[in-house]
Amino acid sequence: MTSTAVSHKPVRWGRVAVHLGCLAALLVMLYPLAWLLATSLKPADEVIASLDLLPSHLEWSNYSTAMEGVNDVSIWRLLTNSLLIAGGAVLGNVISCSLAAYAFARLRFRLRGPLFAFMIATIMLPHHAVLIPQYIIFNQLGLVNTYWPLILPKFLATEAFFVFLIVQFMRGLPRELEEAARIDGCGPFRSFFQVVLPLSRPALITTAIFTFIWTWNDFFTQLIYLFDPDKFTLTLALRSFVDASSTSAFGPMFAMSVIALLPIVLFFLAFQRFLVEGMASSGLKG
Amino acid sequence: MTTTAIPTETQRVPATAPKRRPKREREGAAWVFLSPWVLGAIVLTLLPMAVSLYLSFTDYDLFNPPKWVGLRNYVQMFTEDPRYWRSVVTTVTYVVIAVPLQLALALVVALALKGMKRGKAFYRSAFYAPSLLGASMSIALVWRAVFNDGGTVDNLLGTGGWVNKPGWSLLAVALLTVWQFGAPMVIFLAGLQQIPAELYEAAAVDGAGKWRQFLSVTVPMLSPVLFFNLVLQTIQAFQVFTPAFAVSAGKGGPADSTLVYTMYLYDRGFVASHMGYASAMAWVLLLVIGVVTAVLFRTSRSWVFYASEGDR
Repeated sequence: MTSTAVSHKPVRWGRVAVHLGCLAALLVMLYPLAWLLATSLKPADEVIASLDLLPSHLEWSNYSTAMEGVNDVSIWRLLTNSLLIAGGAVLGNVISCSLAAYAFARLRFRLRGPLFAFMIATIMLPHHAVLIPQYIIFNQLGLVNTYWPLILPKFLATEAFFVFLIVQFMRGLPRELEEAARIDGCGPFRSFFQVVLPLSRPALITTAIFTFIWTWNDFFTQLIYLFDPDKFTLTLALRSFVDASSTSAFGPMFAMSVIALLPIVLFFLAFQRFLVEGMASSGLKG
Repeated sequence: MTTTAIPTETQRVPATAPKRRPKREREGAAWVFLSPWVLGAIVLTLLPMAVSLYLSFTDYDLFNPPKWVGLRNYVQMFTEDPRYWRSVVTTVTYVVIAVPLQLALALVVALALKGMKRGKAFYRSAFYAPSLLGASMSIALVWRAVFNDGGTVDNLLGTGGWVNKPGWSLLAVALLTVWQFGAPMVIFLAGLQQIPAELYEAAAVDGAGKWRQFLSVTVPMLSPVLFFNLVLQTIQAFQVFTPAFAVSAGKGGPADSTLVYTMYLYDRGFVASHMGYASAMAWVLLLVIGVVTAVLFRTSRSWVFYASEGDR
């Protein structure tokens, strides 16, 4: 940052060039999104035949077709299902991960070192190593084709990434506050709920938003556990279009894709500061 | 688990009972806080890992009891299943293309944004957005259409549809990953901003030019972050699924060219109901990721530089 102060004129041109480069890169990167939006409003005959990005006229009927849903399941149903799963996952992750994180960040107990190392190791553990037995367990419990396999693990802090993220944040909080609370007679539970948790709000919000977006986007787990069209999420419903190659379904398919992306875009616009900083801090302070 | 701790503590401080109390309480409290995680770690991680190791030595179709077959799944995988090797080669190719390209792009953009006074926050967010959107089925479907016959890429480059060409389809999948370079870029940028300006000033005083400063200050100071990104992105890349599924309409085609490892695992386990075979595949994946991570950690000793006073 200070290097720009050394010389004036040439750096200015350099800066313009950097901005131009960034803008050009941005245009290329945003193209798929523009394409998605444009195609969702294209009439069927223009999807493939026309090379223009913009449609000749806006075909809103793509959206009304998409609203009817897939396999006789309305889009409201799909949306509700997606929200239910994502909402349950958010609740589960925020509660269980903050509890575990507090123990790792602030309390002393035997085995803390090895358990913490194990927790970190599970961040790198491929999901597939536990996938099949988990499936068998839920199958034995009669819970396949319900939302439990998608929500229950989140209440057991299985996403170690978030435990780690909250631990990192809690370690940065001043210890004096808790010590003061302890002198005032607060046990670990009160000091967790009344001192540490309120201060950890940025980390909890980051956890909540990332959990929402990742669960909303998740495809593999939903593909395995859900097969009743009634229980499908928006992501799974889009899957029905994967096999379809007819271009007549293109408009409605991408209209539905836009609807499925909308919550993520809104979340991103509203919380980008938390998201970007949450991602940035996950790679630091290690 | 706390019960064993009690006698030793009573022996140590027999007279001052009230003083002992909060400490014991805290040890017990820690386990209360940890209980969901401990339950999850045992029931949903450790136990399943053991079970999948056991299943990998069996024939199991979910309906009949598992039948012990010894090493047969592994032998079949390594010697009799060309599709398995195809999926290995496909995945490794994908990792080798996608990860370095993604990280290089992330680093270049982070360096470009670093010194920026205006617009940095805007660019940072805008470049990061695809990292969140790109994991969705919606974007995977867009990718298939854009790289298909008659799609934008075909129109621009006249190469025909990549998605239908065995030699090109995997590149389309890899580019979707590269497109999501925002997440490592944000981490790089945060790392760059942690480098003290005095280091650059000292280097400049010593007569180091921009390039020399990059090599002697930026690269070593950034190496822990580079290492973090490399490990994380590599592990994630080995597990790619959704884009390959969407681009190939769930089949891994054309000619198995996008049949990545996890897709073949899904196919064996959940389509063909060979849970034993899929478990064996899962364990090989676990071992490979473990070995790759270990090798990265090993080599990191020679190129990752940790400043003596570690955190900030």
